[in-house]
Amino acid sequence: MSVYKMSRYTLATSIFNRITGVGLSVGLIVLVYWLMAVASGTRAYENAHQVLSAGIFKLVYAGLLVAFCYHLVAGIRHLVWDTGRGLERAQSKLSAVVVVTVSSALILLLGYWLFLAGGRA
Amino acid sequence: MKSLRSPLGVVSGLGSAKGGVHHWWLQRLTSIALVPLTIWFTVSILSLPSMDHVTVIAWMAQSWTALLLIVFVLVATYHSQLGVRVVVEDYVHAPGMKTLTLVILTFVHTLLAVAGVFAILKVAFGGAA
Repeated sequence: MSVYKMSRYTLATSIFNRITGVGLSVGLIVLVYWLMAVASGTRAYENAHQVLSAGIFKLVYAGLLVAFCYHLVAGIRHLVWDTGRGLERAQSKLSAVVVVTVSSALILLLGYWLFLAGGRA
Repeated sequence: MKSLRSPLGVVSGLGSAKGGVHHWWLQRLTSIALVPLTIWFTVSILSLPSMDHVTVIAWMAQSWTALLLIVFVLVATYHSQLGVRVVVEDYVHAPGMKTLTLVILTFVHTLLAVAGVFAILKVAFGGAA
Protein backbone atom coordinates (compact mmCIF):
# COMPACT_ATOMS: atom_id res chain seq x y z
CA MET A 1 0.00 0.00 0.00
CA SER A 2 2.97 2.32 0.45
CA VAL A 3 2.91 2.79 -3.32
CA TYR A 4 -0.33 4.72 -2.93
CA LYS A 5 0.78 6.84 -0.01
CA MET A 6 0.64 10.39 -1.30
CA SER A 7 3.02 12.98 0.02
CA ARG A 8 1.41 15.79 1.97
CA TYR A 9 2.23 18.19 -0.88
CA THR A 10 0.37 16.10 -3.40
CA LEU A 11 -2.50 15.59 -0.99
CA ALA A 12 -2.85 19.27 -0.13
CA THR A 13 -2.57 20.55 -3.70
CA SER A 14 -4.99 17.89 -4.96
CA ILE A 15 -7.69 18.50 -2.36
CA PHE A 16 -7.38 22.26 -2.78
CA ASN A 17 -7.88 21.80 -6.54
CA ARG A 18 -11.18 20.07 -5.78
CA ILE A 19 -12.30 22.66 -3.25
CA THR A 20 -11.52 25.55 -5.61
CA GLY A 21 -13.26 23.67 -8.43
CA VAL A 22 -16.45 23.34 -6.40
CA GLY A 23 -16.12 27.02 -5.44
CA LEU A 24 -15.91 27.98 -9.12
CA SER A 25 -19.01 25.86 -9.82
CA VAL A 26 -20.86 28.05 -7.31
CA GLY A 27 -19.33 31.05 -9.08
CA LEU A 28 -21.12 29.93 -12.26
CA ILE A 29 -24.41 30.72 -10.49
CA VAL A 30 -23.21 34.30 -9.91
CA LEU A 31 -22.07 34.54 -13.54
CA VAL A 32 -25.40 33.35 -14.96
CA TYR A 33 -27.35 35.55 -12.53
CA TRP A 34 -25.33 38.50 -13.84
CA LEU A 35 -25.85 37.46 -17.49
CA MET A 36 -29.60 37.16 -16.94
CA ALA A 37 -29.61 40.59 -15.30
CA VAL A 38 -27.77 42.10 -18.27
CA ALA A 39 -30.38 40.55 -20.58
CA SER A 40 -33.33 41.76 -18.51
CA GLY A 41 -33.00 45.46 -19.26
CA THR A 42 -31.58 48.55 -17.57
CA ARG A 43 -33.89 48.59 -14.53
CA ALA A 44 -33.32 44.92 -13.67
CA TYR A 45 -29.58 45.31 -14.22
CA GLU A 46 -29.41 48.28 -11.83
CA ASN A 47 -31.07 46.16 -9.12
CA ALA A 48 -28.76 43.22 -9.71
CA HIS A 49 -25.76 45.54 -9.86
CA GLN A 50 -26.71 46.86 -6.43
CA VAL A 51 -27.00 43.32 -5.05
CA LEU A 52 -23.68 42.28 -6.62
CA SER A 53 -21.96 45.40 -5.25
CA ALA A 54 -22.87 44.58 -1.64
CA GLY A 55 -19.99 44.15 0.78
CA ILE A 56 -20.49 40.41 1.12
CA PHE A 57 -19.92 40.01 -2.61
CA LYS A 58 -16.46 41.54 -2.33
CA LEU A 59 -15.63 38.50 -0.23
CA VAL A 60 -17.22 36.26 -2.88
CA TYR A 61 -15.13 37.89 -5.63
CA ALA A 62 -11.98 37.56 -3.55
CA GLY A 63 -12.77 33.88 -3.03
CA LEU A 64 -13.52 33.33 -6.71
CA LEU A 65 -10.30 35.12 -7.65
CA VAL A 66 -8.22 32.85 -5.43
CA ALA A 67 -10.15 29.78 -6.63
CA PHE A 68 -9.76 30.72 -10.30
CA CYS A 69 -6.03 31.45 -10.13
CA TYR A 70 -5.26 28.29 -8.17
CA HIS A 71 -7.53 25.98 -10.19
CA LEU A 72 -6.09 27.33 -13.46
CA VAL A 73 -2.46 26.75 -12.50
CA ALA A 74 -3.09 23.45 -10.68
CA GLY A 75 -5.21 22.30 -13.64
CA ILE A 76 -2.30 22.91 -16.02
CA ARG A 77 -0.14 20.79 -13.68
CA HIS A 78 -2.71 18.00 -14.01
CA LEU A 79 -2.60 18.30 -17.81
CA VAL A 80 1.19 17.96 -17.71
CA TRP A 81 0.81 14.88 -15.50
CA ASP A 82 -1.59 13.42 -18.08
CA THR A 83 1.23 13.38 -20.61
CA GLY A 84 3.15 11.13 -18.21
CA ARG A 85 5.64 13.80 -17.17
CA GLY A 86 6.51 15.08 -13.71
CA LEU A 87 5.13 12.11 -11.80
CA GLU A 88 8.26 11.35 -9.77
CA ARG A 89 8.01 12.24 -6.11
CA ALA A 90 10.69 14.95 -6.22
CA GLN A 91 9.23 16.43 -9.40
CA SER A 92 5.71 16.57 -8.03
CA LYS A 93 6.97 18.18 -4.83
CA LEU A 94 8.73 20.81 -6.91
CA SER A 95 5.69 21.40 -9.11
CA ALA A 96 3.53 21.76 -5.98
CA VAL A 97 5.76 24.66 -4.93
CA VAL A 98 5.63 26.10 -8.46
CA VAL A 99 1.82 25.90 -8.49
CA VAL A 100 1.50 27.73 -5.16
CA THR A 101 4.05 30.37 -6.19
CA VAL A 102 2.64 31.06 -9.65
CA SER A 103 -0.99 31.09 -8.51
CA SER A 104 -0.11 33.41 -5.61
CA ALA A 105 1.54 35.82 -8.03
CA LEU A 106 -1.53 35.64 -10.28
CA ILE A 107 -3.82 36.27 -7.29
CA LEU A 108 -1.83 39.38 -6.33
CA LEU A 109 -1.76 40.66 -9.92
CA LEU A 110 -5.47 40.15 -10.63
CA GLY A 111 -6.41 41.19 -7.10
CA TYR A 112 -4.60 44.48 -7.58
CA TRP A 113 -6.36 44.97 -10.92
CA LEU A 114 -9.78 44.04 -9.55
CA PHE A 115 -9.78 45.80 -6.19
CA LEU A 116 -7.29 48.64 -6.51
CA ALA A 117 -6.32 49.71 -10.03
CA GLY A 118 -9.70 49.45 -11.72
CA GLY A 119 -11.80 49.88 -8.61
CA ARG A 120 -14.13 47.35 -10.17
CA ALA A 121 -15.21 45.74 -6.92
CA MET B 1 -16.37 -16.92 -24.69
CA LYS B 2 -18.45 -16.80 -21.58
CA SER B 3 -18.57 -13.44 -19.87
CA LEU B 4 -16.23 -13.06 -16.94
CA ARG B 5 -18.80 -11.03 -15.04
CA SER B 6 -20.54 -12.89 -12.25
CA PRO B 7 -24.29 -13.54 -12.67
CA LEU B 8 -24.94 -11.42 -9.55
CA GLY B 9 -22.89 -8.57 -11.02
CA VAL B 10 -24.90 -8.73 -14.24
CA VAL B 11 -28.35 -8.64 -12.63
CA SER B 12 -27.42 -5.90 -10.17
CA GLY B 13 -26.03 -3.80 -13.02
CA LEU B 14 -22.68 -3.24 -11.36
CA GLY B 15 -19.41 -2.86 -13.17
CA SER B 16 -18.06 -0.64 -15.91
CA ALA B 17 -20.57 1.29 -17.99
CA LYS B 18 -17.77 1.91 -20.56
CA GLY B 19 -18.09 5.61 -19.91
CA GLY B 20 -15.00 6.16 -17.79
CA VAL B 21 -12.56 7.00 -20.57
CA HIS B 22 -15.14 9.23 -22.25
CA HIS B 23 -15.64 11.16 -19.00
CA TRP B 24 -11.90 11.44 -18.42
CA TRP B 25 -11.25 12.62 -21.98
CA LEU B 26 -14.00 15.25 -21.94
CA GLN B 27 -12.72 16.56 -18.60
CA ARG B 28 -9.30 17.08 -20.27
CA LEU B 29 -10.73 18.60 -23.46
CA THR B 30 -12.82 21.10 -21.49
CA SER B 31 -9.81 21.92 -19.25
CA ILE B 32 -7.66 22.75 -22.25
CA ALA B 33 -10.38 24.92 -23.79
CA LEU B 34 -11.00 26.73 -20.51
CA VAL B 35 -7.39 27.93 -20.18
CA PRO B 36 -7.69 30.55 -22.97
CA LEU B 37 -11.44 31.08 -22.46
CA THR B 38 -11.23 31.96 -18.76
CA ILE B 39 -8.19 34.20 -19.31
CA TRP B 40 -10.03 35.98 -22.14
CA PHE B 41 -13.16 36.42 -20.00
CA THR B 42 -11.28 37.71 -16.93
CA VAL B 43 -9.15 40.17 -18.90
CA SER B 44 -12.19 41.36 -20.90
CA ILE B 45 -14.31 42.01 -17.80
CA LEU B 46 -11.47 43.75 -15.97
CA SER B 47 -10.75 45.86 -19.07
CA LEU B 48 -14.28 47.24 -19.35
CA PRO B 49 -14.19 50.97 -18.58
CA SER B 50 -17.22 50.60 -16.30
CA MET B 51 -19.83 48.03 -15.34
CA ASP B 52 -22.90 50.11 -16.22
CA HIS B 53 -25.57 48.57 -18.42
CA VAL B 54 -24.77 50.55 -21.60
CA THR B 55 -21.09 49.60 -21.47
CA VAL B 56 -21.73 45.93 -20.72
CA ILE B 57 -24.33 45.62 -23.48
CA ALA B 58 -22.12 47.35 -26.04
CA TRP B 59 -19.41 44.82 -25.22
CA MET B 60 -21.64 41.76 -25.08
CA ALA B 61 -23.53 42.53 -28.30
CA GLN B 62 -20.37 42.35 -30.42
CA SER B 63 -20.47 39.15 -32.48
CA TRP B 64 -17.12 37.78 -31.35
CA THR B 65 -17.79 38.59 -27.73
CA ALA B 66 -21.19 36.89 -27.83
CA LEU B 67 -19.76 33.86 -29.61
CA LEU B 68 -16.85 33.42 -27.19
CA LEU B 69 -19.12 34.03 -24.20
CA ILE B 70 -21.49 31.28 -25.37
CA VAL B 71 -18.60 28.86 -25.83
CA PHE B 72 -17.22 29.87 -22.42
CA VAL B 73 -20.56 29.33 -20.62
CA LEU B 74 -21.16 25.97 -22.32
CA VAL B 75 -17.65 24.61 -21.76
CA ALA B 76 -17.48 25.93 -18.17
CA THR B 77 -20.84 24.43 -17.16
CA TYR B 78 -19.91 21.13 -18.78
CA HIS B 79 -16.50 21.06 -17.07
CA SER B 80 -18.21 21.94 -13.79
CA GLN B 81 -20.79 19.17 -14.23
CA LEU B 82 -18.06 16.60 -14.93
CA GLY B 83 -16.03 17.83 -11.95
CA VAL B 84 -18.72 17.96 -9.26
CA ARG B 85 -19.95 14.59 -10.45
CA VAL B 86 -16.62 13.01 -9.53
CA VAL B 87 -16.64 14.80 -6.18
CA VAL B 88 -20.14 13.49 -5.41
CA GLU B 89 -19.20 9.99 -6.55
CA ASP B 90 -16.15 10.08 -4.27
CA TYR B 91 -17.74 11.49 -1.13
CA VAL B 92 -21.47 10.68 -1.18
CA HIS B 93 -21.85 6.97 -0.51
CA ALA B 94 -25.53 6.34 0.27
CA PRO B 95 -26.87 5.04 -3.09
CA GLY B 96 -30.16 6.95 -3.04
CA MET B 97 -28.58 10.17 -1.88
CA LYS B 98 -25.81 9.84 -4.46
CA THR B 99 -28.27 9.44 -7.34
CA LEU B 100 -30.49 12.25 -6.06
CA THR B 101 -27.52 14.63 -5.72
CA LEU B 102 -26.28 13.78 -9.22
CA VAL B 103 -29.76 14.32 -10.71
CA ILE B 104 -30.13 17.71 -9.01
CA LEU B 105 -26.62 18.80 -10.05
CA THR B 106 -27.29 17.78 -13.66
CA PHE B 107 -30.56 19.76 -13.68
CA VAL B 108 -28.88 22.82 -12.15
CA HIS B 109 -26.00 22.70 -14.64
CA THR B 110 -28.37 22.30 -17.59
CA LEU B 111 -30.40 25.27 -16.36
CA LEU B 112 -27.26 27.37 -15.91
CA ALA B 113 -26.00 26.53 -19.40
CA VAL B 114 -29.32 27.24 -21.12
CA ALA B 115 -29.98 30.43 -19.12
CA GLY B 116 -26.48 31.70 -19.85
CA VAL B 117 -26.75 31.09 -23.60
CA PHE B 118 -30.28 32.55 -23.67
CA ALA B 119 -29.13 35.72 -21.90
CA ILE B 120 -26.14 36.23 -24.20
CA LEU B 121 -28.23 35.67 -27.35
CA LYS B 122 -30.91 38.06 -26.10
CA VAL B 123 -28.31 40.79 -25.62
CA ALA B 124 -26.58 39.96 -28.91
CA PHE B 125 -29.85 40.25 -30.83
CA GLY B 126 -30.62 43.60 -29.23
CA GLY B 127 -33.30 42.43 -26.82
CA ALA B 128 -31.90 43.99 -23.64
CA ALA B 129 -31.56 47.68 -24.49
